[in-house]
Amino acid sequence: MKSSRTIQINHLTRVEGHGNIHIRIQRGKVVEARWEVVETPRFFEAMLIGKRWENAPYLCGRICGICSIGHTLASIRAVENAFGIVPSEQTAALRLLLKHMETLQSHVLHLYFLAAPDFLGVGSVLPLTQSHPEEVQRALRLKLLANDACDIIGGRRLHPTRTVVGGFTMLPEKAQLERLAQRLITAEDDLAATADLFATFTLPDFTRETEFVSLKGDHSYPFIGGELVSSDGVVRQEAAYRTMTNEYCAKGFTSKLSKLSRDSFAVGALARVNNNFSHLHPAARTVAKRLGLVPVSHNPFMANIAQLVECVHVARDSLAIIKQLLKRKWQEPRVAIKPKQGIGVGAVEVPRGILYHAYEFDREGRIVRADCVIPTSQNHANIHADLKELARQWTAQGKPDSDIELLAQMLVRAYDPCISCSVH
Amino acid sequence: MAGPLSYLGVELARPLVGVFEFTSCEGCQLQLVNNEATLLDFLNLVELVNFREAMSERSDDYDIALVEGSISRADEVARLQKVRANAKTLVALGSCACFGGVNQLKNRFGDLDWVKKEVYGNFPVATQEVRPLSDFVPVDLMLYGCPPKKEEIEKVIANLVVGKKVTMPKYPVCMECKANENLCLFTLGEPCLGPITRAGCDAWCPNNRRGCWGCRGPAEVANVRELETIMARHGFSRETFIDRLECFGGFAGQVAELRTTPKPTRAKRP
Repeated sequence: MKSSRTIQINHLTRVEGHGNIHIRIQRGKVVEARWEVVETPRFFEAMLIGKRWENAPYLCGRICGICSIGHTLASIRAVENAFGIVPSEQTAALRLLLKHMETLQSHVLHLYFLAAPDFLGVGSVLPLTQSHPEEVQRALRLKLLANDACDIIGGRRLHPTRTVVGGFTMLPEKAQLERLAQRLITAEDDLAATADLFATFTLPDFTRETEFVSLKGDHSYPFIGGELVSSDGVVRQEAAYRTMTNEYCAKGFTSKLSKLSRDSFAVGALARVNNNFSHLHPAARTVAKRLGLVPVSHNPFMANIAQLVECVHVARDSLAIIKQLLKRKWQEPRVAIKPKQGIGVGAVEVPRGILYHAYEFDREGRIVRADCVIPTSQNHANIHADLKELARQWTAQGKPDSDIELLAQMLVRAYDPCISCSVH
Repeated sequence: MAGPLSYLGVELARPLVGVFEFTSCEGCQLQLVNNEATLLDFLNLVELVNFREAMSERSDDYDIALVEGSISRADEVARLQKVRANAKTLVALGSCACFGGVNQLKNRFGDLDWVKKEVYGNFPVATQEVRPLSDFVPVDLMLYGCPPKKEEIEKVIANLVVGKKVTMPKYPVCMECKANENLCLFTLGEPCLGPITRAGCDAWCPNNRRGCWGCRGPAEVANVRELETIMARHGFSRETFIDRLECFGGFAGQVAELRTTPKPTRAKRP
């Protein structure tokens, strides 16, 4: 074995956006292990300055091509909080349903298209269309169901059209919701089969004690608004999000980074499941237990399982929401907006973790300051710390470079990073 | 990956396709996998050799490059030129690649130092004015939209495979909207760029009672001044009009012209 080796992966594949992995090993010891973010910034927070309030959700949804619905909803919530608008029960229910379907779509995409190829020893989903046609068809069925649902509620699966400050431009037909409910019941078998598939995968055995940050559920598993909580015991109000995110800049990252009680913390499906396990649907808890996810889990690879657990939760919860919606008479889809001077914060749990949008408005409702804190930017420091520890442990165990290289990539993928979003 | 491909009994070669992205949200390329019902047929039509967001294999040998995103840093220019040199056909995928997209909104301040400071404080970050692909390399085809319609992407790729000419509508979104028998958004009290924006999206936003924001750029005939008068008649300010016009960069010339001309008076409905 050579005394000095370097593992360098530029523009890691099967993740959203551009990041590099760099590991240098000398005489069997890791001397350097780095996660780098090289994505080009788009400067959304500057773009918004001087724009009227209605531009914010329309533009900010375009921060992300995977979770555009989550960004739109966080942006809408920030504007509504600034103007003192409380969404009607109908609007809140439809937004949560839309959010659930984005979560399902995004998690299924990650589990089958981005993560599973590593566990099945291939470079992408393409060879799986031949070797595992049933699994690929199942993934497409689940993704199609979730995307169709986003179309009927949000108007469009990517960059939604119907979601506006004050409600929706138009509502789905009840018959469409009834059909969606039927498909969700059918999807339960597909999700069970997904759990069977993931039960056959061996997750890498790696843990590093981590602080987990998410919304805090009081009576239900939280997705839109409410208090913020960390597994180290920090609790904050939504409006005080900056004391939770503590953003800073660092060399090697075009994204900002975050920290709280320690040098880094993690957000995302694993953080949510760890912090709010008791609020999960019983069927989701059963899957968690079956696949060995017991809170608080400090194995970052468990994020894959946490996503699967959340798929089960959102599918079941969506059925309950649709049932409630079908019982009600449709009300007006939206309310009129009166801009107000002030600051508003919107915290929403998007697929990759907790997302914050905050805007300050002048009297005419023009933006004078904007701040968006992205889940993946909060995760970067933690990915970096995990990567260092993983390289150290595996090198000490004398694993070959090819193993370390693959596991390092799998580690970053487990966070399902949305890098262009994190830089925005 | 599958058996030979043929059309009307004629054998066809599967083109090698690479997907690339620059400054963007990567949503356009996600649209490629967002059409689950036809995805496997689509994958059978081409041979994907480069698609970083979805696969680990990489290659510099490809016929068609689908390129998403705008250009906003020096290293992107070099990367784009390499893609151009490798590809027979370079397709600009989506509004960022075609016009700069929402990213070009930072250009309007004319002060990159202020823009950088507003977001990163004093931390040094490299950026330049946002530009569309065609400012740096010849672009063979433009697929407009934020997001582009996946049906349109598939149609264009299918045409390229069988060697058919690709044409885009020249008429405005308004015509598609009328054909869909939608209520006019002006009647519903919504501003809309449908009368001047290039069609081809089947009035995607107006169908959902959301006014058009012009993401596909101008139609062949785009009477911006007349639309401003119509907007004013419905009580919409020039600011509201410009917010939409300048959003994706397709109307950059018209916005610049508008800024130098006097506002229309708010005339009564005829």
